[in-house]
Amino acid sequence: MTAALATPTLAQVLDHPGIWRRSAERQPRVRALSTGWTSLDAKLPGGGWPQGALSEILFEHDGLGELDLVMPALAALTQEHRRVIFIAPPYVPYAPALAAAGVDLRFLHEIHAGSTEAAWSMEQCLRSGCCGAVVGWLPDIDYRSLRRLQLAAESGDACAMIFRPADHAAQNSPAALRLRVSNSDEATYVDVLKSRGLLTTTAPLLRMRA
Amino acid sequence: MLWACLRFPGLAFSAAFAATPEAGPSALLDDRSRQRLIAIPNEEAARAGVRRGQNLAGARALCPALEVRPRDRDAEARLLAELAAWCYQFSGHVSLVPPGAILMEVGASLRLFDGWPVLARRLQEGLSEQGHAHTIAATPFPAASWVFAASADGMVVPEREGVLRMLAALPLARGGLPATTVKALHSMGFRRMEDIFRLPRPELTRRIGKEGVNWLDRIRGQSAHALPAWQPPPHFRQRIEFDSELDGSQPLLFPLRRLTRSLANLLAARDGGVQRFTLTLEHARGATTRIVVAMAAPQRDAERLFELARTRLERTTLPAPARAIELDAEELPVFRPLVRDLFEPVRGDGLDWPTLDERLRARLGDAALRQIAMVADHRPERATRYGTPGPVVELPRRRRPLWLLPRPLPMRPVPAAVLAGPERIESGWWDGEDARRDYYIVRTQHGQHAWAYLPPGTLDGWMLHGWFA
Repeated sequence: MTAALATPTLAQVLDHPGIWRRSAERQPRVRALSTGWTSLDAKLPGGGWPQGALSEILFEHDGLGELDLVMPALAALTQEHRRVIFIAPPYVPYAPALAAAGVDLRFLHEIHAGSTEAAWSMEQCLRSGCCGAVVGWLPDIDYRSLRRLQLAAESGDACAMIFRPADHAAQNSPAALRLRVSNSDEATYVDVLKSRGLLTTTAPLLRMRA
Repeated sequence: MLWACLRFPGLAFSAAFAATPEAGPSALLDDRSRQRLIAIPNEEAARAGVRRGQNLAGARALCPALEVRPRDRDAEARLLAELAAWCYQFSGHVSLVPPGAILMEVGASLRLFDGWPVLARRLQEGLSEQGHAHTIAATPFPAASWVFAASADGMVVPEREGVLRMLAALPLARGGLPATTVKALHSMGFRRMEDIFRLPRPELTRRIGKEGVNWLDRIRGQSAHALPAWQPPPHFRQRIEFDSELDGSQPLLFPLRRLTRSLANLLAARDGGVQRFTLTLEHARGATTRIVVAMAAPQRDAERLFELARTRLERTTLPAPARAIELDAEELPVFRPLVRDLFEPVRGDGLDWPTLDERLRARLGDAALRQIAMVADHRPERATRYGTPGPVVELPRRRRPLWLLPRPLPMRPVPAAVLAGPERIESGWWDGEDARRDYYIVRTQHGQHAWAYLPPGTLDGWMLHGWFA
């Protein structure tokens, strides 16, 4: 009996799947969708928008290039004939600019809905498993609903992106990735506020647009 | 050949009580006599002493709670046809035997359905699920099956000798002969079928007539029996009229479920689907409410059809209580089941786009789901529209904003700097909506990039038209 219960070696203990060791060569694997911006990809674990997870983009004002940030990834999805859904966009998505960004308009859908319906539709789309990415403009969504969206994105393995005003940056959020888009000195900067699986805590600002 | 006979003893009730479920003692009134006579009582009414042929007052005296409805033979015929539609999925030769039976040739289908026990179970389960009481029997001869379905539920006799033996043992009254003939034979001292089978043929013909003898030949398989084959109709229309007016959508769900189920039965028979159907609710004074239920792809599942119709119905506000409901499906296109790649991993709920689309439309309304299309027009507000995207038109040569304001707004404060421009856009003289504008890409004091325009030749009056988001 005692022989079977021999004290395990340190290596055996560390092999247990419940133990996570931080090391340079064993980076946690994050499946991701390239953002199309090389400098941003380099900052993100997995090198892009996390798949099957919620990303939150907090922007100070309209027109800072916040949508430009996601367009290359969305364009790539539509070109692969995967559906992209815009939920409750604040303005009219402008077809010529979308087409110029490389979006195949046949695979882009817009859902026009009020705030409660918008959260519901976003969850349905994410959960369905037939949408590549679901992008929502839900300014007054609460923590619980965000959590539901994160879970829905996991179960449907879809890329969820949500745009909110930068005021919410101080609030807690279940999103896997949080970016802040801000402006100073006449240039747009992108700041990684939170990123699941990112080991470096200090991420310098990223200059996106002069 | 193996002919299965399904008899539906409760058919008349189901047809007459289609709008509301029968509960408690109820009875059907004879529609052929001038007096109000009870034609068929249900079990509960029979227990209270209600009998066939009683007049209504007498029956009411025995059972005050008795609910009566006139017998509706048209509705019975429709219901029988609907059941035939359902049976059509099990056999290519289904024949109606009014008033309440269906014959179907199952010998050819036995291998497909793994033999008679499995097929019989599927028939019985399906019919019980739809709430139809039934009895079933199968023999090589249609007439014999019909006889046995009434007296020996669940019996199957595949060979001729067995059928003859069983028939011989039947009491005369069960043999399917007319009541008067049976009475006459009884008075001659005959008791069982074997007694008359033994009689010489001319003798028998003299006593029970040519038709009686023909019938005996048919049940014994000695003469052929041509049965007209039922054909599924090309479209579906069914109406249920209510006894009283039903207010609100909730009480309408029971008749609605019935309608969608019979539509699904027909679809199964035709191996088709439905992409669009109309519900019509009739109100007092000829007013009607029409609800169109359209789907992204053909559907055939009873539950799915019911859910779709229900959500549409519940979202509709009815102006008045409803007197009748009708379901109409003109086009029944070929159903193509969803084909999935063998190696494609199923994600999440594993819905396909049409299903998701339908779910969203059902809750949000058709107008909430849109696609964005490009239009070849120089005027910015005309270059985009909601609709099905067509072929790609020429891309704009200059930069265009991702967000367009629904209509241009005066820009306050005025831009901090001009980054590019002007770009003159001048168009639309032919349709009376001239536009003559100088567009600039400008920066605001917050660092936002905007698309704004000035009337040509002026330096103020900035109008904001889009954001380079």
